[in-house]
Amino acid sequence: MNYISNVLFGVLLIIGIGFFLNNIQKLYRNIKLGKSINRNDNKLQRLKNMAMIALGQSKMVKRPFSGFLHIIVYVGFVIINIEVLEIVVDGLLGTHRVFQPYLGDAFYGFLIGVFEVLAALVFIAVVLFWLRRNVSNIKRFLSKEMTGWPKRDGNLILYFEMVLMSLFIIMNATDTAFQEAGVGNVVSQFVAPIFESYSPETIHTIERTAWWIHITGILVFLNYLFYSKHLHILLAFPNTYFGNLNPKGQFPNSEAVTKEVQLMMDPSVDPYAMPEEGAEEDVPEKFGASDVADLSWVQLLNAYTCTECGRCTSACPASLTGKELSPRNIMMKTRDRLEEVGRNIDENKGTFKDDGKQLLNDYITPEELWACTSCNACVEECPVSIDPLSIIMDMRKYLVMEQSAAPQELNMMMTNIENNGAPWQYNQQDRLNWANEE
Amino acid sequence: MNVPTMADMMAQGKQPEVLFWVGAAGSYDDRAKKISRAFVKILHAANVDFAVLGTEESSTGDAAKRAGNEFLFQMQALMNIEVLNGYEVKKIVTCDPHSFNTLKNEYPSLGGGYEVFHHTQFIQNLISEGRLEIDKTTLKGKRVTFHDPCYLGRANEVYESPRDLIRRLGVNLTEMKRHKGTALCCGAGGAQMFKDAEKGNKEINILRTEDALETKPQIIATGCPYCNTMMTDGIKFKEKETEVVVKDIAELISEANGL
Repeated sequence: MNYISNVLFGVLLIIGIGFFLNNIQKLYRNIKLGKSINRNDNKLQRLKNMAMIALGQSKMVKRPFSGFLHIIVYVGFVIINIEVLEIVVDGLLGTHRVFQPYLGDAFYGFLIGVFEVLAALVFIAVVLFWLRRNVSNIKRFLSKEMTGWPKRDGNLILYFEMVLMSLFIIMNATDTAFQEAGVGNVVSQFVAPIFESYSPETIHTIERTAWWIHITGILVFLNYLFYSKHLHILLAFPNTYFGNLNPKGQFPNSEAVTKEVQLMMDPSVDPYAMPEEGAEEDVPEKFGASDVADLSWVQLLNAYTCTECGRCTSACPASLTGKELSPRNIMMKTRDRLEEVGRNIDENKGTFKDDGKQLLNDYITPEELWACTSCNACVEECPVSIDPLSIIMDMRKYLVMEQSAAPQELNMMMTNIENNGAPWQYNQQDRLNWANEE
Repeated sequence: MNVPTMADMMAQGKQPEVLFWVGAAGSYDDRAKKISRAFVKILHAANVDFAVLGTEESSTGDAAKRAGNEFLFQMQALMNIEVLNGYEVKKIVTCDPHSFNTLKNEYPSLGGGYEVFHHTQFIQNLISEGRLEIDKTTLKGKRVTFHDPCYLGRANEVYESPRDLIRRLGVNLTEMKRHKGTALCCGAGGAQMFKDAEKGNKEINILRTEDALETKPQIIATGCPYCNTMMTDGIKFKEKETEVVVKDIAELISEANGL
C-alpha cells in the first residue's frame, strides 16, 4: 500500500493545527496584557447571554436582511464543518467516505444532502455580502477606516468562503461512485454534467485535487483568522460570556480614587502625618488608560473580537454628524496597537521594549475621545457585546486625571462643580430659587 | 409654591415619603426650572409627602465622571451620600435621567443605596395607586413624538413608563424611526452639554430634531432637561417654533390636568 498521501496529510494537519495553536497562544498572551477585572460572577446569566447572543445570534437579526444572511453563513459554516471530521479521518486512514457504511446510505445521503444545500445557500449569501460591501452604497462599509487592508481583508474572507463552498460541491460532483449512488447529491448532480465529457481518470483527478485543495483551504483559513478581522467566529463566544452585566449607564467607580477621597474627607486624618515606619507606601496607580496595557483584558478581548461590521459606527451620533470619532475605529486601533505591542514582545524575547508609542495620540486622538456623548448606541448595537464606550471613558480619565488635558470649557464646568456644586456658575445659596419664581 | 426642604422636615420631626432630587438643570436652568415646578404641581395634586435638599443638594458628579474626572465625581458622590444618609433618605425621585442613573447605579458601591425613580416611573406608580388621574381630553388628538433620553432608555432600559404616560394623555403618539434602543442621542450627554462639539458636518441636536420633525409632531415630548434644551434649540434652528413645542412629560401632565 502507498502511505505517502496519508503521511502527507498527517504532516499538513499537524502544521496547520500547530501553527494555529501557536497563534492562539500569542492571542491569549496579548489579551492577558490587560488589567484584571472580575467577570466570573453570575455564571448562569453569562451562559445565557452566550447562548442567546453568540449561539442564538439574537442581536444579529436586529437588522433583518444582513442578520438573515449571516445566520445562513453561520449555520452553514458550523454544520458543513461536521463533514470536515470525515475528511480528516479519510485523509489519515486513506479511506474514502469512511462514515458511509456506518451511517447507512440513506442517512449518510441525507447528511451530505443537507451539507450540499447549505453550501449552495452559503455561496449565495456570501455573494450577496460581497455585493453589499462592494456595489451597494452602504455607508458603514465606505467609512474612512474601511479602506486599504480592512477592505481587502473583508473581501478576502468572502472569496475564501466562495472557493471553499465551490470546492465542496465540485468534490462531490466529480465523485463518480457518489453520483451513481444518487443519494445526497442534491446540488452536485447539477454540477456533475459539466465534467461528463472527461475521462474517468481525469474526473477522479479533479475529485482528488478538489478534495486536497478543500482541506488545505480550510487549514489555511483557520490560520488566516489570526491575521484577519474574522476571529469573531471563535471569540464571539467568550466575548459575550464575559460581557458587562450591569446597566449600560453604570460606569465603574475606581476603588483607588475612593480610598483617596475618603482619606481626604475624614476629619480624623492628620494631613501632615508621616507614613508609619515599614508601612507599605501606596503605589500611585495610573488613572485611566493611555496604552493597551492600561485597559482590562475584557477590553482587549473586545478588540480581537471585533469583525468591523460597523453597526456601532452607523448608530453613533458623532459618526453620523461627521465627527472624527468612529467606535469601530476605536476597536480597530486598539487591536492594531495591541498587535504592535505583541510583535514587540516577540522580537524582544518575551519582554516589551519601550517603543515610544502608545494608544493615545499615536492611534486614538483626543479629538475622537472628546466627541463621544456616552449615549451607549455603539454598545447597544454590537452583535457580540463589545463595549467601545468603556475604552473611550478610560482614555478620557487618563487625559483629565493624569494630564489635566480636558477641553477648556469642561475645565470650567468642573471648576464650577467644585466651587458651587453645579456645572454652571451659580450661587449654591440660590439652588432653591426656582420654587418661588412663578 | 410650597417646596419643603429636608431640613424643614427634620426640624418638625417628619420624614417625607420621597426626596425630590432636583438636579443642577432643574434648579438653575430657566427652561428646566419650569419642569421642576410642573412636577411639584403633580406631587401636590397627588398629595405626595415630599421634600428637596434645597441648598444642601449638589451636583451628582455625572458630568464630571463622564468628562473623565473620577476624583471630582467621587468627591461629589461621597458628599451627597453623607447628606442623604444623614437624612435617612430611602426613596428618591428625579426629573433628570443623568441624576437618576448616577444615584441609582453609581452611588450604591460608594455607600449610597436608595430606591431611585425617574419622574415618569414615579407618576406611573401614583396612577396605579389611584392617587393621580391624567385628563385625557385637554390634549386629545395632538400629534406627539417622544425622544428617548439615553440615560433613561439604553442606559437603564426604561422605555415604557414615559410612553404609558403619553398614551394616557389621549394624544396620538407617533414614534420616530430611531426610537427606544435605537434612539439617537440629543447630543448633550457625556458632558457635551458644557462644550462645543468637535468638528463635523452637522450638530447632533439638528439631526435628532430632523428625526422628530419627520413624524410631523405638534409636541416633542422629552423626559430629560438636557434633551429638552437640545431639542428646543433644534426647533429654533429649523424655525419651527410656531408649529412645534418641546415639553417635558411632567409639563404635559400638569397642563392636561390644569395644574
